[in-house]
Amino acid sequence: MKTRLSIALAGLCYATAATAQVTYKEMADALHAVMESDRTVYTRLVVNRLQNEEKVIKASEHFKDDKALPLPAQMFRFGSEGVAEKKVGWSYSLQSLWPINKQNAPKTAAEKEGLEAVAKDPAKAFYKEETLGKVKYFTAIYADRAISPACVSCHNEHKDTPKTDFKIGQTMGGVVIRLPMK
Amino acid sequence: MTIAIGGYLTAGLLLQKSADDPWLAPARSMLLPGKTTHGHHQIELVCESCHKPFGGKEGLQASCERCHAADLKAANDTHPLAKFTDPRNADRLEKLDATLCVTCHVEHRPGITQPMGLTLAGDFCFHCHADIAKDRPSHARLAFTSCNSAGCHKFHDNRALYEDFLAKHLKDGPLAATPKLVQRALLETLAQLPDYPSDRFPLKALEPGAQDAPATVKASPGLMRDWLETSHARAGVNCSGCHQADKSAAWTDRPAQAVCAGCHGVETKGFLAGKHGMRSAEKLAPMTPARARLPMQAAAAKTELGCTSCHGAHRFDTRKAAVEGCLACHADQHSLAYERSPHSSLWKKELSGEAPAGSGVSCASCHLPRVEHRMEDLGLKRTLVQHNQNDGLQPNEKMIRPVCMSCHGLGFSIDALADRALITRNFAGKPGGHVDSLGMVERRLRELKEKRTPGSGVAK
Repeated sequence: MKTRLSIALAGLCYATAATAQVTYKEMADALHAVMESDRTVYTRLVVNRLQNEEKVIKASEHFKDDKALPLPAQMFRFGSEGVAEKKVGWSYSLQSLWPINKQNAPKTAAEKEGLEAVAKDPAKAFYKEETLGKVKYFTAIYADRAISPACVSCHNEHKDTPKTDFKIGQTMGGVVIRLPMK
Repeated sequence: MTIAIGGYLTAGLLLQKSADDPWLAPARSMLLPGKTTHGHHQIELVCESCHKPFGGKEGLQASCERCHAADLKAANDTHPLAKFTDPRNADRLEKLDATLCVTCHVEHRPGITQPMGLTLAGDFCFHCHADIAKDRPSHARLAFTSCNSAGCHKFHDNRALYEDFLAKHLKDGPLAATPKLVQRALLETLAQLPDYPSDRFPLKALEPGAQDAPATVKASPGLMRDWLETSHARAGVNCSGCHQADKSAAWTDRPAQAVCAGCHGVETKGFLAGKHGMRSAEKLAPMTPARARLPMQAAAAKTELGCTSCHGAHRFDTRKAAVEGCLACHADQHSLAYERSPHSSLWKKELSGEAPAGSGVSCASCHLPRVEHRMEDLGLKRTLVQHNQNDGLQPNEKMIRPVCMSCHGLGFSIDALADRALITRNFAGKPGGHVDSLGMVERRLRELKEKRTPGSGVAK
């Protein structure tokens, strides 16, 4: 519920951006702040607490079959898909230079450049304008870091991971936000 | 003459009632741009069902989603819309606009329509997965036409085919250790419903003489016996429960289907979504075997399908509905072979009491299976019959988890459902071919285990 509310508020902010003279960068930063906070809360207070600390329930990629919690990355993706279904015009996704699902590897030149940049300097977001499908986008990429043991253990042990030595605090990927430009 | 024909065709096209009008329906038939698929032929004259005036592609897409979106969501659609609206896939959309169902499923094109209503070249996976061999070297030798047709992957529904599920079932034998189909537990569910009208239907078996039909209504002893032996009487549903569903309404001898839906809403929704009820859902005259494309029994040609056509009024014998109800109409080879099948033998043993409940396999066991239904608003789940007979078909792999795997292993189920001849024989015999998807998973897992050294930095 909290995620939905946050996204709805973010959408409202975006809808009024033109009149409020909010820049694309400010808007992307605001959206990311909401996403990062929700993602951190779910990872730390739900998955890491219940799976890794209390050991009362597991998080699983196949959470329906396994009667488990959705993985943090899935929670993020489901939110992104929910936004896409609303056809609000902007989009966000989680990508990585070391993706478990190879479809989440960087695809556009901006994604490649941005993911490499935030991997080197996680504190600094990456911004770029790019044209995809004849639409010009303001693309912002933010470092997605391992914030709990749950992130590290799951990624390092997954059979499809291309990297097995992630450590807490390291950049594992990036949040890519795209705002269509007028 | 030309004006008369033009007027007739125009009237047929513009008047919405034309679809079910014996005089105007031929006009719409003449205007069909081509033979419709088996999935839509029953409603092909209700043009408005899919085509909205000035709706364009978006209108058509909305029509597709109106009937199919919920099923796709429930199937954990592997290729949901959101995957394609992401701008990073814009280059792929230029090759294949997967945001629209009609990109792959064009109606009225019989010359190019393949199984599942696919009208696209069979190697369509290539557009996005051309480099699959980089990630899966074992796929390098495979043709892109085989991804979707060899029993390994489906575009939408991979619930029984995804890699980790296959990995879990590598050791399955042909038959499960305790083969048994799910049983219903309606009374237990009803007792948990907070707003169940127990004042009217007290969940207590009614005794002979308890019937509340008006004295003016004459019912035969046979009819009364039928009712008393049903779940209705055993659950406290009296005559008025159906014949006078609304307490203030007058008695009716033939309750409408809506009365059944009053208590059996989910089942009715399924019925209306499938081939038995889709005409009724479009407000057309009910489906009859005469209107079917599959071979049907001539004697049943005019039987109009509704709840009582299979369940019978008053008796509501689900066991009779589960086989006799089907075979009274269906006369294709698969149906006619049922009586000689091992599934039928098990069913007969269950009916005679030689084998326990859930051990027999009727037509309905597979085509109208008992499935888990979640009542999210109440936080409850229950088992009920999926009355959309198409839910487990197109592709038939959809049947694997809710049906086949109650008794059979995954590998055996995949092989059996890929064997058309075996299906025609109604599964009398063993699968003649083998789909190697489990073997491929087993080999991949072994290779990964051998190659990977934990903590080495990067998986080799």
